[in-house]
Amino acid sequence: MPFIPHTDDDIQAMLASIGARAIDDLFDEIPSELKSTGLKGVPDGLGEMEISRLMLERAETDGRYLSFIGAGAYEHHIPAAVWQITTRGEFYSSYTPYQAEASQGTLQLLYEYQTMMASLTGMDVSNASMYDGASALAEAALMAVRSHKSSRRILIPATVHPVYRNVVRTIVRNQGIEVVEAPYCRESGQTLPESLDAFGGEEFAALVIPQPNFFGILEPVDALTDWAHRHNMLAIGVVNPTTLALLTPPGNWGEKGADIAVGEGQPLGIPLSSGGPYFGFMSCKQALVRQMPGRIIGRTTDLDGRPGFVLTLQAREQHIRRSKATSNICTNQGLMVTAATIYMALTGPEGLRRIAAQSHANTLALLEKLEALEGVKRLFSGPVFHEAALSLSRPAGEVLRTLEREGILGGLSLEESHPELGSAILVCATETKTPADLERFAQRLGLALGAA
Amino acid sequence: MLIFEHARPGRRNYSQSPAAAATTVGIPEDLLRTVPPLLPEVSEMDAVRHYTRLSQQNFSIDTQFYPLGSCTMKYNPRACNSLAMLPQFLARHPRAPESTGQGFLACMYELQEILKDVTGMSGVSLTSMAGAQGELIGIAMIRAYHESRGDTARTEIIVPDAAHGTNPATAVMCGYKVVEIPTDREGNVDMQALEAAVGPRTAGLMLTNPSTLGVFEKNVAEMSRLVHQVGGLLYYDGANLNAILGKVKPGDMGFDVIHINLHKTFSTPHGGGGPGAAPVGVAERLLPFLPVPVVALENGTYRWLTEKDRPQTIGRLSAHMGNAGVLLRAYVYVRLLGAEGMHRVADFAALNANYLMAELSRAGFEIAYPTRRASHEFIVTLKNLKEETGVTAMNLAKRLLDKGYHAPTTYFPLLVPECLLIEPAETESKETLDAFVSAMKEILEEARTQPDLVKGAPHSTPVRKLDDVKAARELDLAWKQA
Repeated sequence: MPFIPHTDDDIQAMLASIGARAIDDLFDEIPSELKSTGLKGVPDGLGEMEISRLMLERAETDGRYLSFIGAGAYEHHIPAAVWQITTRGEFYSSYTPYQAEASQGTLQLLYEYQTMMASLTGMDVSNASMYDGASALAEAALMAVRSHKSSRRILIPATVHPVYRNVVRTIVRNQGIEVVEAPYCRESGQTLPESLDAFGGEEFAALVIPQPNFFGILEPVDALTDWAHRHNMLAIGVVNPTTLALLTPPGNWGEKGADIAVGEGQPLGIPLSSGGPYFGFMSCKQALVRQMPGRIIGRTTDLDGRPGFVLTLQAREQHIRRSKATSNICTNQGLMVTAATIYMALTGPEGLRRIAAQSHANTLALLEKLEALEGVKRLFSGPVFHEAALSLSRPAGEVLRTLEREGILGGLSLEESHPELGSAILVCATETKTPADLERFAQRLGLALGAA
Repeated sequence: MLIFEHARPGRRNYSQSPAAAATTVGIPEDLLRTVPPLLPEVSEMDAVRHYTRLSQQNFSIDTQFYPLGSCTMKYNPRACNSLAMLPQFLARHPRAPESTGQGFLACMYELQEILKDVTGMSGVSLTSMAGAQGELIGIAMIRAYHESRGDTARTEIIVPDAAHGTNPATAVMCGYKVVEIPTDREGNVDMQALEAAVGPRTAGLMLTNPSTLGVFEKNVAEMSRLVHQVGGLLYYDGANLNAILGKVKPGDMGFDVIHINLHKTFSTPHGGGGPGAAPVGVAERLLPFLPVPVVALENGTYRWLTEKDRPQTIGRLSAHMGNAGVLLRAYVYVRLLGAEGMHRVADFAALNANYLMAELSRAGFEIAYPTRRASHEFIVTLKNLKEETGVTAMNLAKRLLDKGYHAPTTYFPLLVPECLLIEPAETESKETLDAFVSAMKEILEEARTQPDLVKGAPHSTPVRKLDDVKAARELDLAWKQA
């Protein structure tokens, strides 16, 4: 009986109190024809020792690789303190902080997180998290449509992560919102304002601006933001939080700044873990705060005038407003935000800046080595941050499989998502890579390309 | 004190980041930020102490009884956490080839298969990251199903008034109009109202069973017949699956699509508000619409099915495959329980709820549906107590915090006045329940003899009652440097 403390005496005493003969009597309101005949697909229970052995074996099957994949999830060093504190039972096993007086720990931490994220993105306010970067972008699109009022169309450049575009379409489609894709420059790998002019005569609620974009290229964000505002659209920035230690934050893009910033929070202390749980962040200008989805924490005072924290502006949310809520989101990614907040406190502004700069420098060093190989070319001329697209002289899938046998994950093949680029891969080197790692990758890639 | 108030300019953690400041030479000057972000400059010990202290200001399952109705605050076994955090699992990149994740994918595939059996559905997708996203997927699939048949006149989703707020909010996000139907005196959906509501415009019905009133919808088979008869589909909100785990399969009740809150029934942590995971299960006719990716086993090898395999899929809901780490925790939990353990979850969740209901009734509390069996939760109404003493459900909830118990859910469902929705979960012992009853009795006594003590609660928490109105009027959502 895992995790059930009842003794036989307890059970008898409790049944007597209820006035039932057996536990089965407690289910007597369920029509008998609905009752289950058994769970044939569920194996017998295991002890902790047996399941530990099974999970260790499976983990070992998967092994560890030297990975140069980015594409929306980035390997960074995570200080040991981050997850030791995050998995304290008081954070790990508490609920959404509806009872504010019993949840000041979580609430204050979320207020600190909102402060850090608002500053990192250059915005006025941040919410307490969304599910992930892709769903945060979808929510930003809905938010833009709600506040724009006259257009139900969103302009998304093709340099936005392809899966993000898919998720946005899946989520907004049923509300009759149209997603229009803008082409990118094949030379620079950027979205150029002049190429958007073709859409200038049409009405859109928002333009999405990725920084860096899916190809790792830095976009001309100032010009794009101003272009959006000139055409009466909101500007939504999709940003990588690590890079914001160095880059102009969305709130300061162009003349007026972007209106909403969203992104994937994973680089801030969240393990790669096959894709989740991560968290999405969302921040915006003060004027849009009442259109924002999700939890928002505010500072207030208690009966004695002491400062304290509560969930606020709850009239936007589903548990109050039901069908008129800004979103259906309820449970978000609280524990991931706990980790990210501790991560940002441990790295501080200078630490995060160094992590970002080292990732950039490592990627430049990697590109120098790889471009020196025969059969490897940079695909785009635009400036890169910590990721870049390369064309290969041999089929990408085949080359990557050869590297995998050497214990190297040599990037993401773009053959499926971007067939127009031919044999191409996206590579990334964060601060976790040493010069020896870069050398090993370059050498093995050279061999893989040379192999007949 | 905020973390920012512990900071001093120039204080750093030297071992947490690269030793040398690398070049930023490849970044155009005009793209560089000129003002550093407001992140705290503290030492590692400052941060560890600060966040350890903050954690101590939380109530949690690990420290308190947490009878929060509708949230299933059961014990979160530690093995589930440590085994999901094995280094190889944590290091695996989501876009790493399937060949490098066969161990992980085996867990995902088996979890899918187990959830299929438990729910009586034909297919499961693990991609959904929370209950509300599971609902969105479910209703989007219902819409895709009707559209695939050219059946586009269906514009309404029926939702009982006792439903979670996420249900109507989800229906609207999927472009539907919400038709709310009332509850009868016994706590069941009003069948006459349902009969009047169904018709050619009905796309589907969203139902939680047992309902948020803590009772089993006895007429569920008839409801299924009514909705199916007009061509609508049935959505099962799995928020309360813990009450019937292994006893009744939603598929056998006639549901076409369901979501399961793993952070409730399958004991993954609530984490102060997530992450959750809410796999979605479907009956045969909705299989083509399941969101991708889904794990398949082919010739002894696991792989992700994508848009290529499922051309009618509603699409993707997350950048990768959902909350993998939460799914691993749930997998460990179901393997620990086994089939027998699952039956016992429902048995003891029901035993604890019915026992607590009987004892609180004896202690003088008014039960909202006294003639019904409690499922895994039940409702106490303080309507009469409020009239007698002025003490509200919220006052009592706050007073419970003083006595070391987390409060039950208050003012939900909205249709029962001054209500407390109480869910003890199967992992609590009889002694804990008895002590909780004693605390409730004390508060009842206090309400009659010293009502101001109860109305002024809480008194012993890190802060006293907080001013929500001020928080909303004088918005302070981020700290500003003085």
